[in-house]
Amino acid sequence: MRLSPDELIFWQSGFIKLNATIVYTWGLMLVMVVGSKILTGKLSTGLTRSRWQNVLEIIVTTILRQIEDIGLDQPQKYLGFLGTLFLFIGMANLCIIIPGYEPPTGSLSTTAALALCVFVAVPLFGIEEQGVGNYLRSYTEPTIIMLPFNIISEISRTMALAVRLFGNIMSGSMIVAILLTITPFIFPIVMTALGLLTGMVQAYIFSVLATVYIAAATRTSKSRQKQKTGD
Amino acid sequence: MLIDWFTVIAQALNFLILVWLLKRFLYKPILNAIDAREKKVADELADADAKEVEAQKEKEEFRRKNEELDQQRAALMNQAKYEAQTERQRLFEEVRKETSYLRTKQQEALKNDKENLNQAISRRVQQEVFDIARKVLKDLAGTSLEERTVDVFVQRLHELKGEEKEQLTSALSKSSGPVLVRTAFELPQAQRDLVKKAIKETLGIEIQLRFETSSDLVNGIELTTDGQKVAWSIADYLTSLEKSIDELLKEQPRSEAKSKPESESEPKPDDSRSKTKPEAKTKPESTSDMPKPEEGSETKSKTKQESENKQKSKDKQESETKFESETNPSETKP
Repeated sequence: MRLSPDELIFWQSGFIKLNATIVYTWGLMLVMVVGSKILTGKLSTGLTRSRWQNVLEIIVTTILRQIEDIGLDQPQKYLGFLGTLFLFIGMANLCIIIPGYEPPTGSLSTTAALALCVFVAVPLFGIEEQGVGNYLRSYTEPTIIMLPFNIISEISRTMALAVRLFGNIMSGSMIVAILLTITPFIFPIVMTALGLLTGMVQAYIFSVLATVYIAAATRTSKSRQKQKTGD
Repeated sequence: MLIDWFTVIAQALNFLILVWLLKRFLYKPILNAIDAREKKVADELADADAKEVEAQKEKEEFRRKNEELDQQRAALMNQAKYEAQTERQRLFEEVRKETSYLRTKQQEALKNDKENLNQAISRRVQQEVFDIARKVLKDLAGTSLEERTVDVFVQRLHELKGEEKEQLTSALSKSSGPVLVRTAFELPQAQRDLVKKAIKETLGIEIQLRFETSSDLVNGIELTTDGQKVAWSIADYLTSLEKSIDELLKEQPRSEAKSKPESESEPKPDDSRSKTKPEAKTKPESTSDMPKPEEGSETKSKTKQESENKQKSKDKQESETKFESETNPSETKP
């Protein structure tokens, strides 16, 4: 019994290997890119538009609104990163209704990779927004004593991100697999439906947390300035 | 170990590639399309606003023009109505004038006709009467009458007085030749002597007398010298009578014309006139009587005009004008 799709290896040459996680990720990427290319190839700027265009527009504008609601002033700047996070995780989790498919998010490698991306992106966005000095100074807030704790929290929340997503998805597919052996009728379907729900919730949680981290990193300097002007 | 580091790196790369690809193929086109649509909608709304403002302006303009046109139309209608009314009035007046003119003209013509006829009749009667008188007197005239005539003549000579007598005397004495005495019949010698004697007695002059006969005198005697004449004859009487009757006849039409306006109100010509000219009598009546009911109906229609609706009165007026135009030719016929 496999815990993760990493264990299903199609091809290996030393360090380089082609496991199910990578293959399914490529498949998802292909579907998403080709689908969006096809759908956005004939976008209409008029008052009438196709249903697919409507769906895409709803998705994009909803993501934008969510980012804005959390506190980022320029949502379009972060749309590429945060939107892709949500869409990729959501698509990966949604596809478990396809038989034989194993979600790449059920692999700790994938979730760790995503968490690492967030871990790197947060300071990048923060530095871009307020400069290296100001960003680094934010680790010493409110006092220098907090510096190690801030660094620890930074690392631990990244790990939490990775493990939370992995645990949820992996447990979901594990339960379905176990239930299939016990009651191969109806119950696995119910659990799959539950898995769809938890998958979407996890996608939402992951991207929202990433947004919150970025917002916190980009906002510190502004709040400081506000405090100064307030004093 | 659950984490395979190669897979982690691959997945991170995959994710970054996916970010780039989705940015390129999904977010940008979608956002561009949304922006373009929003811009388009905003443009269209602005355009619609501008158009609405323009439409409002044009509507206002049209309303103003419409009002102007209405006013103009009303003014024109009023003017046309007024003009039509005045024109109608004028035509009515013209027709009335014409009819009255024709009526007076006809009346005048009739009056002239009547006068002429009267004159002709009276002249004819006069002539006949005098002719008869002359004939009767001629027939009756004879020697015995001649004697009476001479007597009257002598008596007249005796009655001559003052200036007349002197003038006659001077005239008689001046005349070189014999004085002419004309009679209708041959005078016997005794009568001639009587005349001669009377002249001598009254005028105190001896003169030569020459006697002549003339049928013009009807019956009578006439003594003529240069410019002076002493005479008595029935013809004289008849002539003077004729003259006086002529004068009377001439005066009569004038007095008739004076009394006519009074008598016209109820035209009652004499029976004799009506007999001689029955057509002339009935026609003046028709001309004088016809306009009266017409005028009455006109005033009636005027009062009706106020009470009845316009259409009816219009019809009536039309029928009136028709009636007038129908009566006109009958008036002008004679």
